[in-house]
Amino acid sequence: MDPIESFQKVVADRHQYAKDWKQRTGGKVIGGLCTYVPEEIIYAAGMLPVRILGSHETHDMTDAYISSIYCPFCRDALAQGLLGRYDYLDGLVHARSCVHIRNTFVNWKNHVPIDFTYLLFMPAHVQSRHSKPFLTEEFADFRDALAQLAGKSVSQDDLDNAIEVYNTNRRLMNQIYEMRKADTPPITGAEAMEMVIASQLMDKAEHNKLLEQLIAELPNRSVERETGSRLMLVGSEMDDINFVRLVEELDATFVVDEHCSGTRYFWTEIVPEDNRMAAIAARYIDRPACPPKDWPERRRLSFVLKLAQEYNVEGVILFQQKFCDPHEFDIPPLQQIFADNNIPTLFLEFDVTVPWGQFRTRIEAFLEMLMFEMV
Amino acid sequence: MMTTKAKYKTKPLDCWPKAKELVIEHYKEIATAKEDGKILVSGCAASCLALPAGLGDFVYLGGEPYGAMVAHDPSFSVPAMEAAEAKGFSRDMCGYMRNYLGSMFLDKYYFTGGPWPKADFCFGRSFCDAGHASWYRAVHEYEGIPYFCYDEPQGFSWDGRLEQKKEYVAAQLFDGIEWMEKVTGRTYDDEKLIDALKNFFRTEALWGEICLLNAAVPAPLDLKTMLALMPISMLRRNEKCAVDFMLELRDEVNDRIAEGIAAVATERCRLATNAPPPWSFLKMFRHLETFGVCFVGTLVYTINSGEVKFLEDGTVVPAVPPEERGWPAMKTREDAINTLVRWLFEHPFGFAVDWDGYLVSVAKHWNVDGMALFLNRGCPLMNTGLQDSKRALQKAGVPVTIYEGNFADCRDVDETLVLDRVEAFLEGLGISKLPES
Ligand code: SF4
Ligand code: SF4
Repeated sequence: MDPIESFQKVVADRHQYAKDWKQRTGGKVIGGLCTYVPEEIIYAAGMLPVRILGSHETHDMTDAYISSIYCPFCRDALAQGLLGRYDYLDGLVHARSCVHIRNTFVNWKNHVPIDFTYLLFMPAHVQSRHSKPFLTEEFADFRDALAQLAGKSVSQDDLDNAIEVYNTNRRLMNQIYEMRKADTPPITGAEAMEMVIASQLMDKAEHNKLLEQLIAELPNRSVERETGSRLMLVGSEMDDINFVRLVEELDATFVVDEHCSGTRYFWTEIVPEDNRMAAIAARYIDRPACPPKDWPERRRLSFVLKLAQEYNVEGVILFQQKFCDPHEFDIPPLQQIFADNNIPTLFLEFDVTVPWGQFRTRIEAFLEMLMFEMV
Repeated sequence: MMTTKAKYKTKPLDCWPKAKELVIEHYKEIATAKEDGKILVSGCAASCLALPAGLGDFVYLGGEPYGAMVAHDPSFSVPAMEAAEAKGFSRDMCGYMRNYLGSMFLDKYYFTGGPWPKADFCFGRSFCDAGHASWYRAVHEYEGIPYFCYDEPQGFSWDGRLEQKKEYVAAQLFDGIEWMEKVTGRTYDDEKLIDALKNFFRTEALWGEICLLNAAVPAPLDLKTMLALMPISMLRRNEKCAVDFMLELRDEVNDRIAEGIAAVATERCRLATNAPPPWSFLKMFRHLETFGVCFVGTLVYTINSGEVKFLEDGTVVPAVPPEERGWPAMKTREDAINTLVRWLFEHPFGFAVDWDGYLVSVAKHWNVDGMALFLNRGCPLMNTGLQDSKRALQKAGVPVTIYEGNFADCRDVDETLVLDRVEAFLEGLGISKLPES
C-alpha cells in the first residue's frame, strides 16, 4: 500500500490498529496525553505508546467532569475515555504540561476504568541546570514502574533499541520535512500531518518502514496541484487534518509547522550517553519548548521564526485551542516577530469542531492578501 | 433549620484599626520602597515571601492580592483590563494577572494613584502553568527587570517520588539566592532568612488556626472580614508585625467566641466556599446577610496563606510551626531551605492537594449548612476537579451549589445570576429573606 494511504488508514482506524497490535504482539498499549511523555521508555518496555487525541465531535458528557473554561482539546480527549473508545488501554501516562490537560488525566483516572496510571513531573523550568538530573531520576522511576507492569525488566539493550527506533523515526520525518522546502513540495501539509499523527499512534518500527518507502518515492512523486501560497501552521495542540486539507484546497500549501502534532513532537533526537535515562531526559529538556516551559528566557520565538525563514514561508496561520492560556501568552509576541520579519499572520481560535464557513472567509481574504503582497 | 430571626451580639474587631494600618502601610511601602532604600520584589504571592529577606530590607508586591484589590474597584480595574487586552492578553486569561499587567501598562499604581512601582526584580514560583511563570516573564520583558522563577510540583495526583522532587525545588532555591545576590550586588544574610522563615511559618499556622476558630456558632468572623485581613496573612507573613497581629487577632477571636459575639448578628445559615470571591461583588455578602447568611470561610485562603492539618479521620486541626513539630532547628542556609521545602511539600496547598477531602473536612468543621462553590472563570487552577468536589460534598451529606463568575473581571460577573443561583440554593435550604428589622 502507498505509505501515505497507510498513514491515513492508521489515523482513521487508530483504535483498530492498537487492538490488532495488541493481539498480534501480546503487548500492552499505553495512552499518553502529552508529547512530553517519554515514549521511548514505554517502547523499550515492549509496549505500544499511543497519543490520545479527540474526535472533533460535539459532546456534552464532559460537562459533569471538566468545567467549560478548559480547552476543547482536553475535554474532547476526556470524552474519548468516557465513551470507552480507549477501553483497550493498559495504562495512561501524563507528563505535566498544563492545568487543562491535567484535568483530563485526573478525571480519566477517577472516572474511566484503568489499572495503571502515571503522572510524570516534567519540569517546566527546563532552563534550570537542575532539570536534567531531576528528570533523569524521574524517568528511571518511570522505567521501573513500567517494568513492574510488564513483568520483566527493561534492559540496556531494550533501551538502546528503542532509542535507535525513535531516533530513526525522527530523522526520517526530518528528511521528509526537508523535502517540503522545495518550490513544489512533494507532500501536502495534510499528508505531512497524517504522517506525524500516524507516528504518534503506530509501532515506530513499522512507521519507519513506511517512512523509508515514502522517502524513496517522494522525489518521483508527481504533484498534480499548484503549491499556491506557502503557509506555516503555528500553535497549540492540532490534529484537525480536515482543516488543513480544506485550507490546502484554497490554493495554498502548508510547508512547515510548529505544534504538538508536528515539529514540536519529533524535531530533536536523543544524543547517546552512558546513562540512557540521562540521554532521554536531555532530549525532552532540550526539545523545542512548549510555551509553559519557555522561561525565564523565551527560546520558542526564534525557533519558530527560523523554521519560517528556512521553509520560505509566505504567511503564518497562528492558532490556539480556545481557553489555552499557555499559548495565549505567545500569540502577541509571535504576531510581533512575524510582523517584524514581514511575514503576515492570521489568528484563528479552535473549538472541538471548526466553524469552517467563518474560517474559510477569513482564510480566503488572508490568501488574497498574500497574493497581492507577492504581486 | 430555624425560621425565626436569630439575634447575636456583634461589634467590629477591636484590632481592625491595627489591621487597616498594616495593610495601608504595606501598600504605601511598595510605592516608596525606592526612596526608603528598600528592595522592591514582585512575584506570585503564593511564593515563599521570606526568600528575599536575606538581602536586607525589602517589600514584596504580590501579584494576586494586587489583582484582587484592583478587581474590587471596577473604575480602576476595567481600564486596566482593557490595557492588558490591548497588548494581546485575552479575556479568558488569569484575571488577577490582567489587573496587574494592565496597571503596569497604564503606569498607574492603584493604591496611590501614582506611577506604577517598578520592581528591582521578579522572583516567582511556577505551579499553575496558566499564569505564574509567564506572568512575571511578561513583567521582565516589559520593564526590563531581572527575573527568576522556581518550579514546583504543586497540585494533585502526583505519584509519590517525593524526595527527588524536594531536592529539585531546593536546588532551584539555592540558585535563586545566588541569583538575587548577583542581581542586587548585596550579600545574602542567612540569619535574616531564618528569622523571616520563622515568621512565615508562624503566621501561616496562626492564620490557619484563626480560620478554624470560625467553627464556633455564631461565627466570630465572616468571610468579608477575613478577606480584608488577607493582605496581612498573605503579604506580610514573613514579618514580625504579622505574627504579632495574628496573635492579637487569635486572642480577640477567642474572646469573641467566649462572649458569643457574632460577625453577622442575623446568622442562621452558615455557608462556606472553595475560592476567592468575585471581588467586584463583595456586596453580595451584605445582601445575603439579609437572609441571615454568614459565609464562615473559604478553603483557599485557609490553606493558601494559612496552614492547617487535615487528619486521616477527615477532621482538620490547627498546624504548628516547624520548631513545635520537632523538626531540626534552622542554623544554616541549607537547614533553612530544607525546612522550607519540607514545609511546602507537607502543606495542604503543596504536593498532594486533595480538594475534595479538604472541602468535606472544612464544611464539617465549620458546621456549614451548605457550600457555595465558585466556578471562577478567571483562574484555571482553582476549578480543577470542581465537579468531583461537588460530588464528594454531596456524598458527605453537605448541600452544595456552584455559582459562576470571575474573581477579577467585573465584566464577567452577572450579579443577578449569581444571586439567583445562591438564593435558589437558600430556598432549597429553607432560608428566605428575613423581615426588615
Ligand atoms: S491546547 Fe493548550 S490548554 Fe489545551 S492541553 Fe494543550 S497547552 Fe493545555
Ligand atoms: S490562574 Fe489562578 S493560580 Fe494561576 S496565576 Fe492566576 S490566580 Fe494564580
